[in-house]
Amino acid sequence: MDKLGKAQSELLEMDEIASGKSFVHRLHPLAKLVVTIVYIIFVVSFDKYNFTGLVPMVLFPVFIYQLAGVPVSLCFKKLRYVLPLVLAVGIVNPFFDNVPMLHLGNMVITGGVLSMLTLMLKGVLSIMASFILVATTKIDAICAALRKIHVPDIIVTLILLTYRYVGVMISEVSIMNNAYKLRAPGQKGIHFSAWGSFLGQLFLRSMDRAEELYSSMQLRAFKGEFYYADVHPATISSYVYVVVSILFFALFRFVDVSNLFGSLII
Amino acid sequence: MHMADALLNPGVAGVMYAASAVAAGVSVKTLKKDETASKLPVMAVSSALIFAGQMINYTIPGTGSSGHLCGGMLLTALLGPQAGFLSMIVILLIQALFFADGGLMALGANCWNMAFYGCFVGYYLLWKPIMNSKLFSGLGTKGAGRIKIALCSIIGCILTLQLGAFSVVLETSISGITELPFGAFVGIMQPIHLAIGLVEGLITTVVLLFIYETRPELIMDVPMGEGEGANSKLSLKAVVAVLAAVVIVVGGGLSLFASSNPDGLEWSMFGNEEAGYSANMGLDEENYGVQSGVADTLGGVQEKTAFLPDYAFQGSDSAAGTSVSGIVGSAMVAVVAIGVCFAGGFFRKKAAKAEVKAEEVSESVEK
Repeated sequence: MDKLGKAQSELLEMDEIASGKSFVHRLHPLAKLVVTIVYIIFVVSFDKYNFTGLVPMVLFPVFIYQLAGVPVSLCFKKLRYVLPLVLAVGIVNPFFDNVPMLHLGNMVITGGVLSMLTLMLKGVLSIMASFILVATTKIDAICAALRKIHVPDIIVTLILLTYRYVGVMISEVSIMNNAYKLRAPGQKGIHFSAWGSFLGQLFLRSMDRAEELYSSMQLRAFKGEFYYADVHPATISSYVYVVVSILFFALFRFVDVSNLFGSLII
Repeated sequence: MHMADALLNPGVAGVMYAASAVAAGVSVKTLKKDETASKLPVMAVSSALIFAGQMINYTIPGTGSSGHLCGGMLLTALLGPQAGFLSMIVILLIQALFFADGGLMALGANCWNMAFYGCFVGYYLLWKPIMNSKLFSGLGTKGAGRIKIALCSIIGCILTLQLGAFSVVLETSISGITELPFGAFVGIMQPIHLAIGLVEGLITTVVLLFIYETRPELIMDVPMGEGEGANSKLSLKAVVAVLAAVVIVVGGGLSLFASSNPDGLEWSMFGNEEAGYSANMGLDEENYGVQSGVADTLGGVQEKTAFLPDYAFQGSDSAAGTSVSGIVGSAMVAVVAIGVCFAGGFFRKKAAKAEVKAEEVSESVEK
């Protein structure tokens, strides 16, 4: 499957997962948004050598994934954009930083190795956190949450509309791409002579589509803003979720839990 | 150029969020004065199109490599700077959320690097002045329009990518502490983005020229020729040919460099990110780490409670670090995490079975 096909099926898959009915799915979207952002800030703020301190932060996403009934493995597919990049960055660290930090018998672990591992873990954890947000929250609910924190209605409506149209456009471009490929066997991409017309044609058609879309929206009494009626008011469990999560993050951030655990044994 | 969350520190990310938020706020305010409701569908459809369009590979003639579309300049030319900026924000947000490209925390920085320059700088510094100028007026309205579009798109893409790349260097240098000197870092990032900018500029040009030929009213500020396209002094083919020549001459060396690899551009794009970020991830012993009373106290506590203190932290007095007991503890945490996964899977299966049974029961009851 090519890039377009993959993107298409991924979007469908996300929509499906997000319409689950678990405890996490039923939490207020704003609570999930807040927890996600706080979690990422906590993760990123860890010291670059503090690998073992960062490890316990894994527990939060793993635990929430299970509560939500979303397999962790699904998220790892998403790592393909970020992980190579973070990996590439980190892989240079051991060469730059040769200060020995830790001796394990004869093996010396340098600062570079530690900071590489920490960086990679940070990358994975922040992706896991954002994935849990979109995997348990429908786009309408995320948009409603954004409205609650006073993100301008133009932007929120635009997110909602664009998200819906991304699927349509990807399938359209995918059809065109396939048609082109079938007529140009053995060619790697779009030939120079078709650069302009390929996307240009689609753009022109899309503008007509946008006009039709606008007319139909007007016929349904659209005045510039959507109303999100189906978002439930925040339940007590949502508040508890936010408070407990943040307390845990703070605990993991300021107390070296790994060290405590380990010292119980050694 | 998508930055990941892990590659920024929270302070810098916050500042970039604030900067992008101001730009977005101004855009929303400006747009509110116009008919936003009617513009919304156009914005949504265009950004969705750009989103999909960025996944197409364009073959670069004469080389084996392929290029991709530069969204900022194209959206600006079609929607104007404010609407273009908002559309780009939305594209970046969807990429970050649903495709894990970029990150939630890095969104502010990504908006600034990839949208702000393309939309505002590109429009007010290049597009608007050049389109409204009398340059090339000897070539007829249509001919001048074509040349101007080409000029703006190519210079615009190069300029905005240069600014964006420079910002990436700046942001990462400020947020991490780079071991690679700032100058060397810039020296890696800028030339590679010059090559990318050239190709993206060319693709943007050709797409815009196509739209200009068919429906010029869709592009911002362009001169409208009154059906004189055919007898203009400069044909579309000539413009493209001149452009191609310029690009080949200017970018020859760089594209050769890029195409030495089968998927050269992708490689060089990736390579540059690598180089850039690696620089920023360099290490500086003195100036890193949490320097607060709490951290120091905790560090003291940690030192006291740590077993085998000689075993860890050789040559480092940082409060945060790794020790043998830390490693053992991490391993334990990992085991717990895996255990949670298995337990979750087990209960999910059980629940699924129970559901199936319940359905069977209810079916049999119905019967």
